[in-house]
Amino acid sequence: MLSFDFEYYKPASIDEAVQLFQSLDRQGKNPSYISGGTELITLGRVNKIVTGAVIDIKAIPECLVLEKQGTQLVFGAAQSLTVVREKQFFPLLSKAIVEIADHTARNKITLGGNICANIIYREAVLPLLLTDSTLAVAGLNGLIQYPINDIFQQTLQLDRGEFLVQVITHKQETELPFVCLKKRRQWDVGYPLLTAAALNKNGQIKLAISGLCSFPFRDKRMEYSLNNRSLSMKARIEEAVSRIPAPVLNDVHGSAEYRVFVLENTLQEILAEWEGAGDA
Amino acid sequence: MHNHTSAEITLNINNEDRTVYVRNADTLLYALREKLGLTGAKPGCLNGDCGACTIIVDGDPMKSCLMLAVEAQGKSIITVEGLQNTAIQTEFIDKFAFQCGYCTPGFIMNCHALMTKYPDADDSVIKDWLESNICRCTGYQEIEAAIKAALAAAKGEPG
Ligand SMILES: Cc1cc2nc3c(=O)[nH]c(=O)nc-3n(C[C@H](O)[C@H](O)[C@H](O)COP(=O)(O)OP(=O)(O)OC[C@H]3O[C@@H](n4cnc5c(N)ncnc54)[C@H](O)[C@@H]3O)c2cc1C
Ligand code: FES
Ligand code: FES
Repeated sequence: MLSFDFEYYKPASIDEAVQLFQSLDRQGKNPSYISGGTELITLGRVNKIVTGAVIDIKAIPECLVLEKQGTQLVFGAAQSLTVVREKQFFPLLSKAIVEIADHTARNKITLGGNICANIIYREAVLPLLLTDSTLAVAGLNGLIQYPINDIFQQTLQLDRGEFLVQVITHKQETELPFVCLKKRRQWDVGYPLLTAAALNKNGQIKLAISGLCSFPFRDKRMEYSLNNRSLSMKARIEEAVSRIPAPVLNDVHGSAEYRVFVLENTLQEILAEWEGAGDA
Repeated sequence: MHNHTSAEITLNINNEDRTVYVRNADTLLYALREKLGLTGAKPGCLNGDCGACTIIVDGDPMKSCLMLAVEAQGKSIITVEGLQNTAIQTEFIDKFAFQCGYCTPGFIMNCHALMTKYPDADDSVIKDWLESNICRCTGYQEIEAAIKAALAAAKGEPG
């Protein structure tokens, strides 16, 4: 149960949702979009999210699309992680999803909700960064598509009143060989110590990581080091680790040193997958 | 401009339409227990972690602490009160799959949905689904035995 009260709206179109947001915002109701709504409850319970009006996007047809359109795959933001996974359109995304939360929770958590989450992990973002997916965002200027690697900078950079409608991925990218490794301190479910996802495109490794820093990221300089085959495997990993783009988390789930240690071993597993044990 | 933060809604629970007055901020778990007297779904963590509050919504197991009551309008809700003498209930008794019983309704609902959706569920599907619920008393072996026996019984195989 939440301690604060809010109005609840379930618009049936993108335009209605955008207009509702504007009008509720003008009335000072601090409106909030929801898709799965689970984070509204889990963070709202402890007053980390407070809103006077909720706009539920689950009745907007564009947010529920899940189909192949020519050479592209389109995922509606309000589709549950279970449904996206079971569709098996995008094996790396399915693999990342199956490690998020647990089966029952995934029936409610949505793809859009995970991407826009306040929690730091947002593991469904990793496959999208690696495949240079596109995000369709609705706002006062209509529905606009942005490359995820431009619009996702630590968090999804939305203007006030905008919301995520769809994720669009080139089918070709989803067919590339991949590795996705979620490392937890214990148990088989729940949040990671870190999750690393990698894609192999024509021998070049792309890498995205969650749980290492306070946001999920893909870093081109780390990728460059990992792909620098003029160095030994050990040196490539060391150089990649020296290029982590932000402070490494140091919390009750694991010290920064431990996380780096786990990352080094994880990178070794990834390289071994495509290059054998090597000289590390 | 109106300020509607609560409403009278209709929920279809165990094949019966029930009218209930809720705050938009009420979880389905709270509405079921405190407004409708259906106390089978148990409050545990209230945070989506333990599965004690699991019910079935449109055929899928859901943690009722993660759903607002207003979100459940127009959906078919089954709580443990709606199950009677099902295969999984029988097998939970036969296999001694509970001790204190607090987690049991949640497990039963998850297992019942699993059996309905995947009557041929293999070990990996069973593991994936059952990891959603926590039991602090048993060693899970008995619960696993119960779901396997119930699946076998539903197929007419010896359990
Ligand atoms: C038991 C449990 C375990 C979990 N384990 C993991 C895990 O292992 N890994 C992981 O990554 N996450 C995990 N999570 C976190 C979960 O993925 C996030 O909380 C996610 O935000 C929930 O999705 P939702 O659809 O319910 O979000 P919602 O509650 O709908 O929204 C979350 C946030 O995003 C905003 N938002 C939602 N949709 C949109 C949209 N379309 N456009 C713009 N903004 C939007 C909302 O305003 C809100 O601030 C777990 C959660 C639970 C309950
Ligand atoms: S009370 Fe709902 S998952 Fe624990
Ligand atoms: S029987 Fe006591 S928690 Fe499961």
